[in-house]
Amino acid sequence: MSDKIEISCPIPKQDYPQVLMAHGGGGTLMNRLIESVFLSAFDNHALNQRHDSSVIDANGSPIAFTTDSYVVQPLFFPGGDIGSMAVHGTINDLAMSGARPIALSAGYILEEGLPMETLEKVAQSMRRAALEVNVPIVTGDTKVVDRGKGDGIFINTAGIGVIEHGLTINPSSIRQGDVVLINGDLGRHGVAIIAVREGLQFETTIKSDSAPLADLVLKMIAEGIEIHCLRDLTRGGLASALNEVAEASALTISIKENNIPVREEVRGACELLGFDPLYVANEGRMAAIVAPQDAQRALEIMSAHSQGLGSAIIGEVKQKSTAPVLMTSSIGATRIVDRLSGEQLPRIC
Amino acid sequence: MCLGIPGKVVSIEGDDPLYKMGKIDFGGIIKEISVAYVPEVEIGQYVVVHAGFAISVIDEDEANQIFEYLKEMGEMADLAESAEATAIPQSTKQS
Amino acid sequence: MKYLDEYRNPDAAQRYVQAIRKTITRPWSIMEICGGQTHTIVKYGIDQLLPDKLRLIHGPGCPVCVTSTAVIDKAVEIAARPEVIFCSFGDMLRVPGSEHDLFSTKASGGDVRVVYSPLDAVKLARENPQKEIVFFAIGFETTAPANAMAAHHAKHEGLKNFSLLVSHVMAPPAMDAILSAPQCQVQGFLAAGHVCTVMGTTEYDPLAEQHKTPIVITGFEPLDMLQGIYMCIKQLEEGRFEVENQYVRSVRREGNPAAIKILQDVFRVVDRTWRGLGEIPASGLGLRDEYADYDAENRFGSAADLDSQESPECISGQILQGFKTPHECSAFGVKCTPERPLGAPMVSAEGACSAYYRYRRLSSDSS
Repeated sequence: MSDKIEISCPIPKQDYPQVLMAHGGGGTLMNRLIESVFLSAFDNHALNQRHDSSVIDANGSPIAFTTDSYVVQPLFFPGGDIGSMAVHGTINDLAMSGARPIALSAGYILEEGLPMETLEKVAQSMRRAALEVNVPIVTGDTKVVDRGKGDGIFINTAGIGVIEHGLTINPSSIRQGDVVLINGDLGRHGVAIIAVREGLQFETTIKSDSAPLADLVLKMIAEGIEIHCLRDLTRGGLASALNEVAEASALTISIKENNIPVREEVRGACELLGFDPLYVANEGRMAAIVAPQDAQRALEIMSAHSQGLGSAIIGEVKQKSTAPVLMTSSIGATRIVDRLSGEQLPRIC
Repeated sequence: MCLGIPGKVVSIEGDDPLYKMGKIDFGGIIKEISVAYVPEVEIGQYVVVHAGFAISVIDEDEANQIFEYLKEMGEMADLAESAEATAIPQSTKQS
Repeated sequence: MKYLDEYRNPDAAQRYVQAIRKTITRPWSIMEICGGQTHTIVKYGIDQLLPDKLRLIHGPGCPVCVTSTAVIDKAVEIAARPEVIFCSFGDMLRVPGSEHDLFSTKASGGDVRVVYSPLDAVKLARENPQKEIVFFAIGFETTAPANAMAAHHAKHEGLKNFSLLVSHVMAPPAMDAILSAPQCQVQGFLAAGHVCTVMGTTEYDPLAEQHKTPIVITGFEPLDMLQGIYMCIKQLEEGRFEVENQYVRSVRREGNPAAIKILQDVFRVVDRTWRGLGEIPASGLGLRDEYADYDAENRFGSAADLDSQESPECISGQILQGFKTPHECSAFGVKCTPERPLGAPMVSAEGACSAYYRYRRLSSDSS
């Protein structure tokens, strides 16, 4: 799934003859594109799981396999860059199946004229990120396109991991009564990016939360937590991830606004620009849906881990009702938390 | 129609009054905002900011008004309740 | 965050809700004029806490919703020009014109940029002398001083490559038109706190008097809305029709004189077409003759010359005045959704239709 952080067009006409920015938006339109063009063409059991990574059978051993492309602008931002994101993102997709990542690939599409120094910085960043999780980048590819035909660098990373547990970690395992946790405060990545985008600049010490989550997930599994589903909260934020998962499981997820941690600086930026933190992108956050009897222990394990500081129980899974995701607002009323139709734009209204 | 957010003035610069800019703190993030429309503002005060401009200085005394009003309503409700409680019920009134 | 969090206090909110419940004895319909207020109501679920007797009508106080189709078409036309950098607030990018919106114009190669402040557009003009920078100057009186300052700076600096496409609207004439409509159902008004922060409160006295309608100038946080609603209900129950100021921490009777001055230096009152409502005389702001050089319609042609068409199915005008709810529109949620809006109220996050679609399916299912 592409991760272009650019304003995207959410307005589809029926049967568009051309691809639009909206098709990369992570929202409804992109899902329709995937369904109508790719799923119908490639139709197979693994793909139809529609999870962050697919689990396939390699001679009796389950292997998780995933791919992701990174087209972020700007290339460098507080707390990371396109390279570290490309490593973390794919590691996290594997982690969402509970897999132990074992290898990555890295394919580059470079724009003619890209300074070599920039490329070297990105490569070094990927090296560090991969070393940090002890997962080698074992194969790759490089192409160059004409000046003007690329945004500096596009990176595709693919990853494989081994499944060493007996759990089925995907929406089909979710049950009524399950508890929903997240591993920390929301919105840092989106705010860090916006802070350096031209025209929307402000001073902040907020850094992207881009980080690998595989170790945290494996720890939870090792401690016997009955994990039913995991989902990383990338573009579209918590709201979109929970909507996808709730729809796939045909249940309703009910969350409490007061339980959702958001740092004051992130809130300040969101208030200023008119953003809702529920929809802001994260790169080191996941939602974990676990069996209710393991919820407290899961919280303890997560909170004690370096990638889980500030973890919180934010809600529970209920019988299917009016909408996939419902939220009790801070003043006590209930509202529907919808999927995003495009990207949030700074507003004055 | 108007997203106006409160922020704290941390610094002001510029000589030309219509070009005066302030660094405003919104929960820890700092943005440069025009303070041309609040010439009287002082560092440490809070302003309401819309589309890159401070449009008013928040009156700290008036800011409590919402809660004072509640208190008064509460007091009046208490008064009304105690008046009811001490009133002689008609049915038991001795003429 | 100071001056925000306090006004989201759940206990105080409940107490105001109780006060409203205790005070109301019969059905009343109140309109909140401002899109930001609509946003708060649906975001916090305020309407769910209120008694059924109280009907909140979401008014046309959203520049996104009321900017005419012709002006959107003009924006699209200008933005498509290769020599132009078209700058706009994010709100306007998805509003459908007759055929296109600014987003699809960007898709086709137009240089369309979102800015936070009109001063960012002036900065672009200084830095890109070889390009034409056009800024989409929309909004109510709240935004007019900001846009006026951009024009002022451009003129002061003698910038030759900067212009404004202006479509400002004013709140009191709209309220007057709504209250004057024969089928008007609005019995009380919550006026826009930030419009009044700029303009003050005096324009509302004649309105309250003439239409015998209470007007409470209200802020935007949940407690502001609840207190404003309470004050309005109290007036209605007591048979009063006064102008009251709930948003005292920001609104003064005289408004903001410095902002009014520059606004009046740069803009004058003009007739304005409101999308869905039609033309309302003396309800808009346009650039004065001294700023004619900075008027994008002088450089690129008038919006009125375009052959603009509204979707025949969109009933936004009736919705914006409260004659119908979005649920009564045959296209609502079917042909017209946030992904595929037929008209403006489905686009903006606080357009009545979008608000209903995103947040209100709860109550429509239970009603």
